[in-house]
Amino acid sequence: MEVYGKKVQSRLLLGTAQYPSPAVLKDAITASGTQIITISLRRETGNGSGAGFWDLLKACNCHFLPNTAGCHSVQEAVTTAHMARELFGTDWIKLEVIGNSESLQPDVFGLVEAAKILSADGFKVFPYTTEDLVVGEKLLKAGCEVLMPWGAPIGSGQGLRNPDALRTMRAHFPDTPLIVDAGIGRPSDATRAMELGMDAVLLNTAVAKAGDPVLMAQAMAQAIEAGRNGWVADPMDPRDMAVPSTPILGMAELM
Amino acid sequence: MNIIVNAEPRDVAAETLEDALQELEFTSPAIATAVNGCFIPRENYRNTPLSDGDRLEILAPMQGG
Repeated sequence: MEVYGKKVQSRLLLGTAQYPSPAVLKDAITASGTQIITISLRRETGNGSGAGFWDLLKACNCHFLPNTAGCHSVQEAVTTAHMARELFGTDWIKLEVIGNSESLQPDVFGLVEAAKILSADGFKVFPYTTEDLVVGEKLLKAGCEVLMPWGAPIGSGQGLRNPDALRTMRAHFPDTPLIVDAGIGRPSDATRAMELGMDAVLLNTAVAKAGDPVLMAQAMAQAIEAGRNGWVADPMDPRDMAVPSTPILGMAELM
Repeated sequence: MNIIVNAEPRDVAAETLEDALQELEFTSPAIATAVNGCFIPRENYRNTPLSDGDRLEILAPMQGG
């Protein structure tokens, strides 16, 4: 997969929050084979409190995708993006402008506005959006070269709530990298997303909150690879009735 | 003067952002700052004056999804 001129082998983008320990996070990153990890910024609580975490991630040799998680306004998101660019040394930004505290659904109006501002300022924007085609078009026009539609609300683990819309999105944006971001709960959800032709999956809670996060990271990687191969291999169409797979010709008369 | 640092009121003698960060012992290189909601690049710390009541946000790398 290629995003903003960067080629990556792994189609799994992994979040770094909510793991039981830094060691488990590190092992999960390794087991997942991911090359892109998401990170955030929060208030410094003591001198250098974030530096240890930052050192751990730097040792993972992944591309960093900082987010604007929790931002509810264009100004907050834009300021956070600038702080992230300086802190993490990357112009990649996972742009979240949240419109509702309960559903954490994107404020797509603010999202498009912030994407315009940040793209014009040299950022490579990864917008967390809905499946809406018109919003997608406006984001591309704003300068985005990738779209990240939600599968279900963040952290809900519900899987794909609207697979038909994702299929439509794939057809409407055949050449744009599409990354399902949020809502994946199980490996089968990730496979399903990839079978719909999505280019990659971004997930966090499904791995971090699993009983065995490291094993789940591996399972997600396998599921995504299986789904991708399934999409490329062009699956058969379903049929209403049974069709024997064993040839009838040459069948013995044994009655 | 009194400023708000990460939502906490603090009394500082420093008059610039650079001096305030030193005085408040935020000396880690892994921080980024904003004053009154505006991002301040590191190279501007020295020539950014602070005024009474300013809101200073000091952020650091954190886990995120």
